[in-house]
Amino acid sequence: MSSLTSALPPAQGTGARIARWGLYLILLLFAAYYLLPLLLMIATSFKSPEEIRTGSLLSLPRDFSLDAWSYAWNRACIGADCRGMAPYFLNSLVIVGPAVIISTLFGALNGYALTKWRFRGANIVFGMILFGSFLPSQVILLPMAQTLGFLGLAGSAGGLILVHVVYGLAFTTLFFRNYYVSIPDDLVKAATIDGAGFFQIFTKIMLPLSLPILVVTIIWQFTQIWNDFLFGASFAAGGAQPVTVALNNLVNTTTGVKQYNVDMAAAMIAGLPTLVVYVLAGKYFIRGLTAGSVKG
Amino acid sequence: MTLQTPSYRPAAGEEAAPGSAAPPKSGGLRALAQRHLSKLVVAPSFAAILLFVYGFIVWTVYISFTNSKMLPSYELVGADAFSKLWRIERWYVAIENLLIFGGLFIGISLIVGILLAVLLDQRIRGEGALRTIYLYPMALSFIVTGTAWKWILNPGIGIQQFVRDLGFPGFTFDWIVQQDTAVYTLVIAAVWQSSGFVMALFLAALRGVDQEIIKAAYLDGASLPRIYWGIVLPSIRPVFMSAFVILAHLAVKSYDLVVALTGGGPGYASDLPATFMYEMTFRRNQIAIGSASALMMLATVVAIIVPYLYSELKGGKRV
Repeated sequence: MSSLTSALPPAQGTGARIARWGLYLILLLFAAYYLLPLLLMIATSFKSPEEIRTGSLLSLPRDFSLDAWSYAWNRACIGADCRGMAPYFLNSLVIVGPAVIISTLFGALNGYALTKWRFRGANIVFGMILFGSFLPSQVILLPMAQTLGFLGLAGSAGGLILVHVVYGLAFTTLFFRNYYVSIPDDLVKAATIDGAGFFQIFTKIMLPLSLPILVVTIIWQFTQIWNDFLFGASFAAGGAQPVTVALNNLVNTTTGVKQYNVDMAAAMIAGLPTLVVYVLAGKYFIRGLTAGSVKG
Repeated sequence: MTLQTPSYRPAAGEEAAPGSAAPPKSGGLRALAQRHLSKLVVAPSFAAILLFVYGFIVWTVYISFTNSKMLPSYELVGADAFSKLWRIERWYVAIENLLIFGGLFIGISLIVGILLAVLLDQRIRGEGALRTIYLYPMALSFIVTGTAWKWILNPGIGIQQFVRDLGFPGFTFDWIVQQDTAVYTLVIAAVWQSSGFVMALFLAALRGVDQEIIKAAYLDGASLPRIYWGIVLPSIRPVFMSAFVILAHLAVKSYDLVVALTGGGPGYASDLPATFMYEMTFRRNQIAIGSASALMMLATVVAIIVPYLYSELKGGKRV
């Protein structure tokens, strides 16, 4: 991953130096553009309502205050429910955990079966699963709402877990399938000759080799499911709603004086988990995003 | 998100032998079980996809040919819902907005993303940190970033007020509350969110270009901009295709952003098909019309991705 221009000799002279400065200036301006909304959000969440009214958009908080955060966390009203974001944050955790684990597990098994034990029609099966990753969710909203009703899962966390597992399968299968396809078949062949079976080879040979793609998939699924709004808004009722739906309700609650510092603190609370994961493991997140989109 | 595997090219003949890792057919009962095990393992996922994706599409098609209002009805009445849909003024607003939003969103994201990728490719100190900054919005929910943008774009407290306080009392930037400009605020927030992703796609592609070609062109006296424009960018054409397909289908599916930023307003001036569908199905008791509009979205996405998937499948059989 070296720079394309590293093959060339570095440019010399005053003109080149000015160009170099201009280059850094442009890059830093873009960095400011991307960072500004986040910084504004953080700064505002630490301000008092008076300071927001009287102060400037870009100013730093004068009296650093955590009031808005604690208010957003356990006192803010979401609709008529004034327990803050905390219970909804918990809902999201309860949904995300099982949904990520189950969809990743099935994705790994599918990827393994589709690459190392190819059966007739494996490509068609994969193509049909893959299409799911492009599906506009609007097409399945109504049938899914009905089905969850039949299953007695309407409005519950269990229903959302099911939905996220099913529509996550396309991505998890894609990730593992594309990863396993590059692992030499000879490894599997040798193991079968030694008498190892399907699941033995999976657990003893494939899984130990899968750590990078496992991390990519878990981070991808975690981010997608945590950030989901449409499914949460469509299928979760009242107390079972995920944190994104609660945030939207909180921001759009019109009763009382608008507290922008609380809005921003609530937005930060909803965004922090995925942001932290991104900062800690951004490399894997990017790999998920670009998963092999570049022709070799 | 995307489809190919970067490092893998099947060797000649390799792909012609599906199941090459499986034991020979004469391997007896155990081998037979092992071969079917593979299908059995995929079966639950495949069955779920068949039902929850393809079955549900058929279900929605069926509903769209009924007269379902508040509750789904299963009495077929022909294509009424479709002809009604195309007589609703609000649907045309949503379509027009999608064309404006999609066109600008895709175009500007591509320009910004490619520009950043090329600039970052010039042996930049701190490249890793800059890349992290450019891409972090992708990790956040549109509901989170929409909350921030809604506030920044709010004329009374955001940028407009800020510039007025600086001593320009006549300054106006109130797109978000104006009927005919609200849709452009969606573009602002969506480009901010997604252009870093385009940058990452293209940067990865740039790093895969053969350095010898660049060197040769440079020694021939070609300038750096000419090298990029004439040689490098054309050589990574497939990435343009991938980026376009991904951005286009994101545009069609855009829902969260509209809800968080404008709520489709003022009125329904910044509606997109996705918000239109939700409004009809769950708020206006027009389930059949909502289903018909969802199918229009599906048709658009299919029109974008099927040629893409087909060319990928035909190309390397690596999909």
